[in-house]
Amino acid sequence: MLNGLQFGVMLFLMSAGLTLVFGVMGLINLAHGSLYMIGAFAAAAVAAATGSFVLALMASLAAAALAGALIELTIIRRLYDRDHLDQVLATFALILIFSEGTRWMFGSFPLFLDVPPMLAGPVTLPGGIEYPAYRLSIIVIGLLVAVGMFALINRTRVGIRIRAGEADREMIAALGVDIAKLYTFVFALGAALAGFAGALVGAIQSVQVGMGEPVLILAFVVIVIGGIGSIKGAFVGALLVGITDTMGRFLLPQIFALFLEPSAAVSVGSALASMLIYILMAGVLVFRPRGLYGVA
Amino acid sequence: MTRETWINVAALAVLLGVPLWALMADEPFIITLATRAAIFALAGVGLNLALGTGGLVSLGHAAFFGIGGYAMGILASHAQSYAPIMEAPFLIEGTKSMPVIWLVAMVTSALAALAIGALSLRTSGVYFIMITLAFGQMIYYFAISWPAYGGEDGLSIYVRNEFPGLNTLVPMQFFGLCFAILCLALLLMNAIHKSAFGLALSAARQNETRVLSVGLKPYHLRLVAFVISGAVTGLAGALFADLNRFVSPTMLSWQMSGEIIIFIIIGGVGRLFGPVIGAMIFILLEHTLGGLSEFWHVYLGALLLGIVLFAKGGVIGALAGREKAHD
Repeated sequence: MLNGLQFGVMLFLMSAGLTLVFGVMGLINLAHGSLYMIGAFAAAAVAAATGSFVLALMASLAAAALAGALIELTIIRRLYDRDHLDQVLATFALILIFSEGTRWMFGSFPLFLDVPPMLAGPVTLPGGIEYPAYRLSIIVIGLLVAVGMFALINRTRVGIRIRAGEADREMIAALGVDIAKLYTFVFALGAALAGFAGALVGAIQSVQVGMGEPVLILAFVVIVIGGIGSIKGAFVGALLVGITDTMGRFLLPQIFALFLEPSAAVSVGSALASMLIYILMAGVLVFRPRGLYGVA
Repeated sequence: MTRETWINVAALAVLLGVPLWALMADEPFIITLATRAAIFALAGVGLNLALGTGGLVSLGHAAFFGIGGYAMGILASHAQSYAPIMEAPFLIEGTKSMPVIWLVAMVTSALAALAIGALSLRTSGVYFIMITLAFGQMIYYFAISWPAYGGEDGLSIYVRNEFPGLNTLVPMQFFGLCFAILCLALLLMNAIHKSAFGLALSAARQNETRVLSVGLKPYHLRLVAFVISGAVTGLAGALFADLNRFVSPTMLSWQMSGEIIIFIIIGGVGRLFGPVIGAMIFILLEHTLGGLSEFWHVYLGALLLGIVLFAKGGVIGALAGREKAHD
């Protein structure tokens, strides 16, 4: 359950940026997974050079935000007025470039990012459950980021502009808001969140080329479930997907074991578990084609 | 004849001429490359009906490509081990006969397209892209975690399947088979384009409201197009698996979906021969750049970016001009 929560929080960090970019700019960004990967690689490189995990996290934020701002200024900017096919293709091209570029710089072997010693051990939770401190801190950090995002969108001036940009971009440009700068900011913000997620996960899994795409697709599922453009939808969707996936992998083989022989139960259960979140998505679509919190 | 027709004829001539030359020069590898190009072109022709004519950006067509591949793999592996696929309620045996395999591949991928399309087409735009991608991934993960047919390792077939009257193990004969199927598919697509159905489908892309107002249902038009498109791509998958005598979840991966779209984009969206030219150029690039540098995807990415940003009509668009613009 907690693993599901942790997975969900990570997915939220990914989907928040993606849904924001889509909601505000109307852009579908496949290269979001590459930004996640860049964050992880930047963190791994800085951690290897300095040995400090905090510095590594900051490097992941900076590198991903920088890469995000850079591609926004050079390429993404030209795509806002294009149709979705062009956006898909151009960002797919960016994935190819980023993946091969990273492979060229760092080689194809996975890098490893160590969990900081302070958080390496388990903690005992109320109720007597032992749980890795690092995963627990990911949950806490993720929830803090979620609160921060809500505050940013709902309580600050930038947030007002972002919401206004979502509603009517010509109007806020006419009102004197520099829409180009706002877009770059939103894109870099989304990129930074993705890079941050990459660095946090990098310490649990290995850091390697192609790590971003599976997460990207899960983030799409999250957004489809939650409704495009909605931070709240991304949050609910991410937790739903994270928990469904983790619980499904754990419970389904056991449920099938009740009426099938053990080996068959494991294979049927795990095959079905890997499809479970997509079935969840299909279910949501049947009843709410625009997602849980989507605007009809 | 318009300029585009000339380009189309030239493309087919090159695709047929290169392996003929290779046969003379005794370069069987080149024939295999040309076969790959023909099969990829067929997959692209399938997707082009949904993507170009229907305006449905499906990022999950690898699902149908892979299902076609697995249809071939499963049937042939059962025939190879003489173990029936199922005994109850009725006996189904494996087969090594290509026409039967093709039929099964097309029917299964059409059924998958019907299920995926019926759900995905309830939405449009970005949702549609993401959902087709997600369903594609669902089938990918299913293939990986289902151990009966090789799981992550895939499935090997020792001998290529049989076609009556041909020795399919001879590269040139197998190429001829794939080329003939590609031509048939192109004829079929041409007929569809000119039919009332094709016109209505195209109209639904350009102006959904008007199509609705004359009493046609865009949802049904699109679903039919999606199913035909899936079936043709599935057939290409069966041929591709037969070419490699191997099928693995890689055929179902979303990079594969991306590549099928790339064929169409390089050639020209919505052009009948777009995928043919695109697939030929893709194979050429893969072969030449892949030989120059291990990281040839960087160049492919840059090229794709260039086409998307600056040359929207692809190669045919650049050569033939906008006389038959896609919209």
